[in-house]
Amino acid sequence: MSTHVLEHNEPDYLQVKSKHKGIFAWILSTDHKRIGILYLITMGIFFSVAVLLGFLMRMELISPGKTIMDPQTYNSLFTLHGVIMIFLFIIPGLPAVFGNFFLPILIGAKDVAFPRINLLSWWLFLIGGLLAVISIFLPGGPVDTGWTFYIPYSIRTTTNVIPALFAAFVLGFSSILTGINFVTTVHRLRAPGMKWFKMPLFVWSLYATGWVQVLATPIVGITLLLVIIERTLGVGIFDPALGGDPILFQHLFWIYSHPAVYIMILPAMGIISEVIPVFARRTIFGYKFIAFSSLAIALFGSLVWAHHMFTVGMSDTAMWIFSLLTFLVAIPSAIKVFNWVATLYKGSIELEPAMLFALAFIFHFTIGGFTGIMQATLALNIHIHDTSFIVAHFHYVMFGGTGFGIFAAAHYWFPKMFGKIFNRQAAKAAWLLIVLGFNTLYFPLFIAGYLGMPRRYYDYLPEFHIYHFISTVGSWILILGLLIMLINFFVALKRGRKADANPWGGETLEWKIQSPPILENFHEIPVVETDPYDYSKYEIDRKESK
Amino acid sequence: MSQSVQASVHIHRDDVGARIGMWLFLFTELILFGGLFIVYAVYRFTYSNEFALAAKELDTFLGMVNTLVLLTSSLTMAMSITAIQKQNKNLAMLLIGLTIALALTFMVNKYFEWGAKFSHGIYPGGNELINKTNGEILYFGLYYVMTGLHGLHVIIGVIILSVMLYFIRTDHITKDSFVKLENSGLYWHLVDIIWIFLFPLFYLIH
Amino acid sequence: MSHHNENKTHVIGYGTYALVWLALVSFTGITVAVAGIDIGNFTIVVALLIASIKSILVLTIFMHLRFEDKVFRMFVFIAFLTLAIFIGLTFFDYSFIR
Repeated sequence: MSTHVLEHNEPDYLQVKSKHKGIFAWILSTDHKRIGILYLITMGIFFSVAVLLGFLMRMELISPGKTIMDPQTYNSLFTLHGVIMIFLFIIPGLPAVFGNFFLPILIGAKDVAFPRINLLSWWLFLIGGLLAVISIFLPGGPVDTGWTFYIPYSIRTTTNVIPALFAAFVLGFSSILTGINFVTTVHRLRAPGMKWFKMPLFVWSLYATGWVQVLATPIVGITLLLVIIERTLGVGIFDPALGGDPILFQHLFWIYSHPAVYIMILPAMGIISEVIPVFARRTIFGYKFIAFSSLAIALFGSLVWAHHMFTVGMSDTAMWIFSLLTFLVAIPSAIKVFNWVATLYKGSIELEPAMLFALAFIFHFTIGGFTGIMQATLALNIHIHDTSFIVAHFHYVMFGGTGFGIFAAAHYWFPKMFGKIFNRQAAKAAWLLIVLGFNTLYFPLFIAGYLGMPRRYYDYLPEFHIYHFISTVGSWILILGLLIMLINFFVALKRGRKADANPWGGETLEWKIQSPPILENFHEIPVVETDPYDYSKYEIDRKESK
Repeated sequence: MSQSVQASVHIHRDDVGARIGMWLFLFTELILFGGLFIVYAVYRFTYSNEFALAAKELDTFLGMVNTLVLLTSSLTMAMSITAIQKQNKNLAMLLIGLTIALALTFMVNKYFEWGAKFSHGIYPGGNELINKTNGEILYFGLYYVMTGLHGLHVIIGVIILSVMLYFIRTDHITKDSFVKLENSGLYWHLVDIIWIFLFPLFYLIH
Repeated sequence: MSHHNENKTHVIGYGTYALVWLALVSFTGITVAVAGIDIGNFTIVVALLIASIKSILVLTIFMHLRFEDKVFRMFVFIAFLTLAIFIGLTFFDYSFIR
């Protein structure tokens, strides 16, 4: 069980003195934990802005015709909502906040391999984010191309494409540096005894994600750079009037942006693999399968990108090959779902908030995954491409999946990061509202899309009104739940009860150190001898009680 | 249960880790240029005749000279590491200096090459290029972007190597600690490899 | 995990480097010469093959891959494989009838 490890009087990482004064002790810190917090704060602000944009979009769509804004504004809104959510929240999300904070601790290290590059990653994140915000206000107006920046419109539009693309380029660099750091850290800084197959599964997921960040991001980097070059120098590469091929842009864009969704989901799956064993008091079912499936998803996920392009006129050969590969990538994902559910079987379930979000993840990810298979089916895709069916699908996996993974991680690790515990009842109430709101918001969009409602449309036919109305009401319930969750955290930070070093009974290394951790995480680097998720003592109890 | 060992207080040096990080970074450069190679491959496949026509404008001899210049700069770069390992500080500095000189030679050649094209109106938006076919326009678009991005990396390499020269002079790079030089070398060799592919793809289409 | 014995002491001689350079220069000459011969669509195959051989020489000797831990070679393989996959799969679209 948990032990208090406060034999030494060392200050924790929040209190420790730095050679810098005031805010510089934070923004110039190379401590992976402080950097994780910096990401948490800046990301939280960007997330809130993007949620607000989503709220406004749903307000506009509550009824046909103009509600609160004109069409141009709507186009910019959905573009910005996408750009901020994707590049400033979901992609960096888990790796930058929880990966930074916990990767070294989970493998028994004092920090990542390259702490100063880690700080640079955050600064690039901040600069990229600010550039994206600035691009809203420069003359020319906020970008209206959609977050996908398809040519030729992104070449022709007079809105601020160049600053927005440059922001994305800078953010890509931030992501790449994080990937380099994490891959190297996992190879070089594991504690004695922490062999590859003794690593926690969150670490496996960060490792696989790191590779995708390194190998996929540069493609979108050069692609966005080429659009900037096209706009400024007119080289012709992406200008159809000079021979440029819009489909080639889409290939290059999605060669990154599809693996990007695996950057989003893999760490979230890692979180679920951490949370489920703890709150089911059972060791994870099929550890090696889950570890290898992370690598398999990273590999196969890089082979499926053109399933975003089934309606553009590719060759039949390409169409069926990409459709087949997309079906295949569902297999390792499904393996994970089976293993999580098998872990629950005959487990001793504790419905703490982190577990509730993890269970909701499984439910949402399954829906998102099934609808993904539907979309991978060529005949069906022709009808549902560019409808709100797609919008519902990706929100189920990105928000219902990764988003909920982030919320699960937040509730799981809050006591460790801050040494305080939040109000569990409030957290559960927030969870309920969030789940109800989320499903009310997005499920009707499956139906509307199937019936023909296009995506990115400012206006629509009366027959879709009912679905949009329900959806918008769902957004209000969702936002209420999010607010309660956030306020719960803030109240806990200010005057929450002090937390145990191990309030949940976890077995991985972070629960064996104090809350909050000291600067170097461990008083002495541990020697690891047990498997992670070793709940064998509970097995003995269960067997004896039969 | 788990025991513990004493942790060291210093941040311990890890040369292998530093090299792993550098290789990972090189992969990003490979894929960055790789994207351009994908564009090249698609457009050459689509416009193969126009590419062959446009390539006639390039000076194969100058391209070959530049290839030899970069290959030689890789030689001097690699040798500088051997020199440092043999504690021959002056030779190491000389070799790095030669590498820089060769890199600058490359850039000077490039300057003349581009200059000649510009004076003939062959540049994006130029009056000569505008009248050519789409395939030729794309060829030159790719030529300028790819050799331009490569040239930018050569300039960055010159800056990095100049810093390394300074580090050797001030004994921050020594026989016992030279991973910075190794990593700079890795970068430089990648710049060479990219040109090894650029040369035949732009200069040797017949 | 002790890394104390890993700091490289392997020194590659100037002569070895010079020989590699000689090979690289020779291959450059070959590739220019071959470009003058009309072998149709094979020109690009030969050119890329020679460029690949030159790159392998630079990677293994100049960049020390031959003397590094196996994991480095695995990494490089993965990176090139990834690029090859990107190009190959894209061509499933372009080289078949649309």
